[in-house]
Amino acid sequence: MTTDIQTEPERDERIGRPRVLERLVVRPEIGALIGAIVVFLFFSIVTDQFLTTGGVAVWLDDAATLGIMAVAVSLLMIGGEFDLSAGVMTASTALVTAIFAANVGLNLWVALLLSLLFALAVGLFNGVLVMRTGLPSFIITLGMFLALQGLNLGVTKAVTGTVQVSGVASAPGYESVGFFFASTFELFGTQFRVSILWWIAFTAVAALILVRTKPGNWIFAVGGAAQSARAVGVPLVGTKIALFMTTAFAGWLVGNINVLRFTTVQANQGIGLELQFIIGAVIGGCLLTGGFGSAVGAAVGALIFGMARQGIVFAGWDSDWFMLFLGVMLLAAVLVNNALRRRAERVRR
Amino acid sequence: MTGPTSPISQDVLLGVEQLSKSFGNVRALRDISLWLPRGQITALVGDNGAGKSTLVRVLSGVHQPDHGRVTFAGQPVRFADPQAARLAGIETVHQNLALVDELTVWQNLFLNRELVRRLGPFAVLDRGAMQVKAREMLARLSVNVPPVRAKVQRLSGGQRQAVAIARAAGWGSKLVIMDEPTAALGVQETARVEELIAGLRAEGMTILLISHNFEQVLRLADRVWVLRSGALAGGRLTTETTGEELVGLVTGAIAG
Ligand SMILES: Nc1ncnc2c1ncn2[C@@H]1O[C@H](COP(=O)(O)OP(=O)(O)OP(=O)(O)O)[C@@H](O)[C@H]1O
Ligand SMILES: [Mg+2]
Repeated sequence: MTTDIQTEPERDERIGRPRVLERLVVRPEIGALIGAIVVFLFFSIVTDQFLTTGGVAVWLDDAATLGIMAVAVSLLMIGGEFDLSAGVMTASTALVTAIFAANVGLNLWVALLLSLLFALAVGLFNGVLVMRTGLPSFIITLGMFLALQGLNLGVTKAVTGTVQVSGVASAPGYESVGFFFASTFELFGTQFRVSILWWIAFTAVAALILVRTKPGNWIFAVGGAAQSARAVGVPLVGTKIALFMTTAFAGWLVGNINVLRFTTVQANQGIGLELQFIIGAVIGGCLLTGGFGSAVGAAVGALIFGMARQGIVFAGWDSDWFMLFLGVMLLAAVLVNNALRRRAERVRR
Repeated sequence: MTGPTSPISQDVLLGVEQLSKSFGNVRALRDISLWLPRGQITALVGDNGAGKSTLVRVLSGVHQPDHGRVTFAGQPVRFADPQAARLAGIETVHQNLALVDELTVWQNLFLNRELVRRLGPFAVLDRGAMQVKAREMLARLSVNVPPVRAKVQRLSGGQRQAVAIARAAGWGSKLVIMDEPTAALGVQETARVEELIAGLRAEGMTILLISHNFEQVLRLADRVWVLRSGALAGGRLTTETTGEELVGLVTGAIAG
C-alpha cells in the first residue's frame, strides 16, 4: 500500500476513508442477503423438513430455474432495459425443442440447437427493435410477450391438436441430453437436481463478467448514462443487444431444463414468470432505472423465492399466503435498499 | 474574410470545410469553415446556442454532419462514432462531462480503456493498476483531488470537471477538445486547469478550447474563431484582437 501514500498527497480530508461497514452497506446485494438469512432462519424454526437435506434439495431446485432467469434479467436491468417476454420465452424454447424432437422426429441435440437459434433470434430482434426505434423496451418486449404467447398456443394446437406437446422422452438422444439438463447428483445421501449446478455456474459467470471484465463496465455505463457511455466509445447498441440475447439464452436454458425433466410442455406455460424474474432482480438490489445492481443479488433474490415458496408448503399453509409474502418481501427489500443507498450517499457526500 | 490568412496545409491538424448540421428546423451549423493549427491552442467563442457544442460533437463523432468535410492530420475523415474519433487521436471534454454517476472515479477515467490482466484465455480488469494510475492522472491537475474509489455521483461540480479533464488529457492524443472546461471551477481550480492546458500545448498537443471567458481566451489561445447563430462570424489571432472586438463579433455589432 505504499503507492497509496505516495500518490495521494492532496486527498480531500473531508471525505475520509470509507470504513468496512459502510463499504458493505453500499453493496447492492446486502438487502437480499439479510432477507435470505431471515427467511432461512424462520422456516428452519417453524418447520421440521426445511433444514433436512431433502428439504434443502427441494427449495434449491425451486430457486434454480428462477435464479438463472433472475440473474440474466438483472444484467439486462443494470443495462437499463426490461424484457417482459422472458417468461413466455421459457415456454417457447421448450415447445420448439419438444415439437422438433417429438413431432418432427429429429435428434434431441438438433432440436436443442434449433431451439437455441430461435431464442437468440428473438433476443436479437428485441434488442435491434429497441435500439432502432428508441422506444422503451417495456413496450417492445410487451409486444413480443403477446406475440410469443399467441405463437405458443397457435403452433402447438396446429401441430398436436391439443395445448401440450409430450413424448420428448422417446425422442432419439434423450439419454445424453437429459444427462446435461435433467439429471440428478447425490450429495449427503440425497438427490439434487442438476439445474442447481447450472444456476450456480450461470451466476458465477455473470457475476465475474459484471464486476471483473470490460463488458461488465459497459453494462453499468450504458444503464447508468447511455449518452455518456457512447461519448467515450462504449458500444452502446452492441452491449444492449447482447444483453437481450443473454436473457433469451437463459430462457433457452431454463426452457430446456424444464422440458427434459417433465418431458411435456403446456403451451400456456411461463406466463407471468417475467414479473417474478424482475422481482428477483429487484430484491437482489437492481434499480428499475438501471446502472446499479448485482448478479449475485438476483441469485439470492431467487433463493428467497424458493425458500419461501417451499417453506410455506412444508409448514402446511395454504399456498395463497405465498403472494402475500412476496408482496411484503418485495416492499421490504426495496425500502431497505433505498434506505441503505440514501445513507451511503449522505455519509460520503 | 479578415483574420488569419489561409494556412499552409502542413501546419493544420484539423480542417473543417463548409460544414452544416441541422436538427429538424434548427440549423445549428451553417457552412462552417475553419482550421486548427497544429500544436496551438485555438479558441471557439459565441453566445449560448451559437453552435459551439454542436461543432464539438461533430468533431468527436457523436453527431454526423449533414454536409461538409473534415480533414484530420491531412486525411479526410468521417467519424461514424465517438470511438472512431478517439482512436484517431481526438479526446473530448464534453460540456455535460459525459461521466457515469454510478461508477467510481477510476472506472470513469478508464471507461472503455480498461487495463486488463491476462488470466489464461480471459482478460480480467486490473483494478489495482487502474486505481494507482487514476491517482496520478488526477494529482496532475486538481487542487482538491477526489478519492478515486468514490462514485462520481458524490463529487462536487469542480471535482467532476477535474475527472473529465483528467480523462481527456491523460492519453497522449493529438487533439484535445474542451467544451467550457472551467465553467464550474473556482479560482484555484481554474488556474490549475489553465496551467494544464498550457502544459499540454508545451507537450505539443493541439487544443480546441470553448469558453465564454474572453480574458481566458486571450490569455491562453493563439487563435480564436467566433460563431454567431450557427455561422462563422470571423477568426482572429489573439495577439491582434481585443475583448471588445470579440464581443462585437459575438453579438453581431461587428460584421465578420
Ligand atoms: N441534439 C439536439 N437536438 C436538437 N437541437 C439541438 C441539439 N443539439 C443542439 N441543438 C440546438 O442547436 C443549437 C446550438 O446548440 P449548441 O449546444 O451547439 O450551442 P452552444 O454554442 O454550445 O451553446 P452554449 O454556450 O449554451 O453551450 C441550439 O439552438 C440548440 O437548441
Ligand atoms: Mg455548448
